[in-house]
Amino acid sequence: MGAIEWARLASPEARRLRELGFDEGVAIEVLHRSRLGSGPIACRIGRMTVALRRAVARAISVSPDPLPAE
Amino acid sequence: MELPPLVAMVGNPNAGKSALFNALTGARQKVGNYPGVTVERHSGRLALDDGRPVELVDLPGAYSLDPASPDERVTRDVVTGAQAGERLPDALLVVIDASNLDNHLRFAMQLIALGLPVVVALNMVDLAERDGLVLDPAVLERELGVPVVPTVAVRRRGIDTLRGQLTALVGDASTAAGLRRLRASDGKVDDDIVTLQRRARVIAAAATVSETPVRRWNHMLDSVALHPVLGPVLLVALLFVMFQAVFSWSEAPIGWIEGGFAAAEAWLKSVLPDGFLRSLLTDGVIAGVGAVVVFLPQILILFLFILVLEASGYMVRAAFLMDRVMAQVGLSGRAFIPLLSSFACAVPGIMATRTIEDEKDRLTTILIAPLMTCSARLPVYTIIIGAFIPARQVLPFVGLQGLVLFALYLLGIVGAFVAALLLRRTVTKGESSGFMMEMPKYQMPRLRDVALGLWSRTEIFLKRAGTTIALTTVVLWALLSFPQAPSGQKQVEYSIGGRIASGLEVIVRPIGFNHDIALALIPTMAAREIAVAAIGTAYAIDDTEDASGAKSLVDHLRGRWSLPTALAFLMWFVFAPQCISTIAVTRRETNGWRWPLFMIGYLFAAAYVMAGITYWLAVAAGL
Repeated sequence: MGAIEWARLASPEARRLRELGFDEGVAIEVLHRSRLGSGPIACRIGRMTVALRRAVARAISVSPDPLPAE
Repeated sequence: MELPPLVAMVGNPNAGKSALFNALTGARQKVGNYPGVTVERHSGRLALDDGRPVELVDLPGAYSLDPASPDERVTRDVVTGAQAGERLPDALLVVIDASNLDNHLRFAMQLIALGLPVVVALNMVDLAERDGLVLDPAVLERELGVPVVPTVAVRRRGIDTLRGQLTALVGDASTAAGLRRLRASDGKVDDDIVTLQRRARVIAAAATVSETPVRRWNHMLDSVALHPVLGPVLLVALLFVMFQAVFSWSEAPIGWIEGGFAAAEAWLKSVLPDGFLRSLLTDGVIAGVGAVVVFLPQILILFLFILVLEASGYMVRAAFLMDRVMAQVGLSGRAFIPLLSSFACAVPGIMATRTIEDEKDRLTTILIAPLMTCSARLPVYTIIIGAFIPARQVLPFVGLQGLVLFALYLLGIVGAFVAALLLRRTVTKGESSGFMMEMPKYQMPRLRDVALGLWSRTEIFLKRAGTTIALTTVVLWALLSFPQAPSGQKQVEYSIGGRIASGLEVIVRPIGFNHDIALALIPTMAAREIAVAAIGTAYAIDDTEDASGAKSLVDHLRGRWSLPTALAFLMWFVFAPQCISTIAVTRRETNGWRWPLFMIGYLFAAAYVMAGITYWLAVAAGL
């Protein structure tokens, strides 16, 4: 994960995101997208799967990592 | 008598706390409420190795000590000693999921920092091992500075060791009490989540002996369950099977219950002389309570499905799939779970909204939950449809009666969505909250846990049938039986109840309701299913003057109601908020009378308008 624009998120959202372990430098992987368009996405962080809405996901930028995760 | 030491179980959601709680306490548990809030308090007794009793309390799952919902607030307040009506625990039993160390360790560290004696249960180690994750509990013990016991709650592995650790922990009461006093005074919480999280990750990495990438089977299941096309198809199929089962599986048990009540009535009639007492017991108590208890099988089947879907981890996937639909009416996918429960009964549905973090989201969900067709409406729908809708096939496999029932369910859902849309633009206006949810691993639901859940529902239901509903029907019976009508006058019109109904009839006449319906609407305020019992009681009392013998309820209805009236009556029940328990739980959950009164107002208005439209359209169509 490259960076998270915390400012784009409402504060409870940002806090929940932190509590779920989202942080700079952590590996995440998008696992599932719901129907094309605006549904939520499911991503893997650590050994956990977390569902996010796209608006939140847009605040998270990722940098491709050529090495195996973590 | 001195209270036994208190041990609080704390942990993240999905850490397997409840299963561990069940394994430790067995059947000796009690469900209560914390004063002032509506969070359930699950507690149980546990005997330590040396025979001393300990009270174990299972706190709501939380991610941190910075509460986002009423549930999480209770968790924080109990462990910091700030919760009213609860003493500060003598020790904490922190439960963490072995396969999710990164995340759960952080909360565990926050809890350890509070200073209370702690033992950590490293739960679900079997699942972690199956995932290819090997952990070293000794490293965790050293890093955390507290005992760590690997457990598999569902297989009772590690339970004895855990009890041993607890014995040692609450052994020295003086130390515990000293520590308690020490910490209770400050109760400060370490809330630098990011730093703690980084430290947790380092510890987790150190404790991990070996690890394979991710759990593949879980991912495979999700690729079907969350598939853009297959996922929704699967969800609809599951819901279809669920509603199908509610009707088809319940036939036999309903027959047994009906048989039982009929036998009880026959027995009473044979031993009691005709008169006041016999009429009270048969026309009042048995007719009323029996009419309600008959629905226990359907409610239990519905709850069975909901409990299994929840325990297996599928419910969160359903919420994921529904999020987009819910977002369109300004709700989040999380609202799907309480709304689905509301098909069984709005009361547990409204209680399930506690997991919704956003206040306005939660309020909207509470306000629309009564529109989901709960099982109490079924008796009303069934009897009216049976009496007025012909049993005709309209399409192969599709009967007209079933179609009407389906339409009524659908109408409730559409009504709820329209209501949500309007509410979100007016009284609960605000930014749509997000949808962010941990998706737990799939697991086999445990028979024992499901059985315990069903049993507690049965208890609540029967208690209600035995108290509220029995009392209401007896009062109604009394209102309808006195004073005795002189000959030539109808008992149901002459009695006190009849006169009250005549007053109400003026209001409901424009929407096609007659005197009998006005009469039934009054006791039905207590619970919808009473409508059937009330009409039945009214006609039963009326019948006794008629020497020609008892007619069935359906015959009575056909003879006295027109089709437009029956349709308007059905429409009324789609919307009308006639359930004391729902109103009471709304008052509790929203902390005041404001929202329950609003709910009553808007639902009655909707019921009145919709029933009126239905009546006049039906009359105009010449039905």
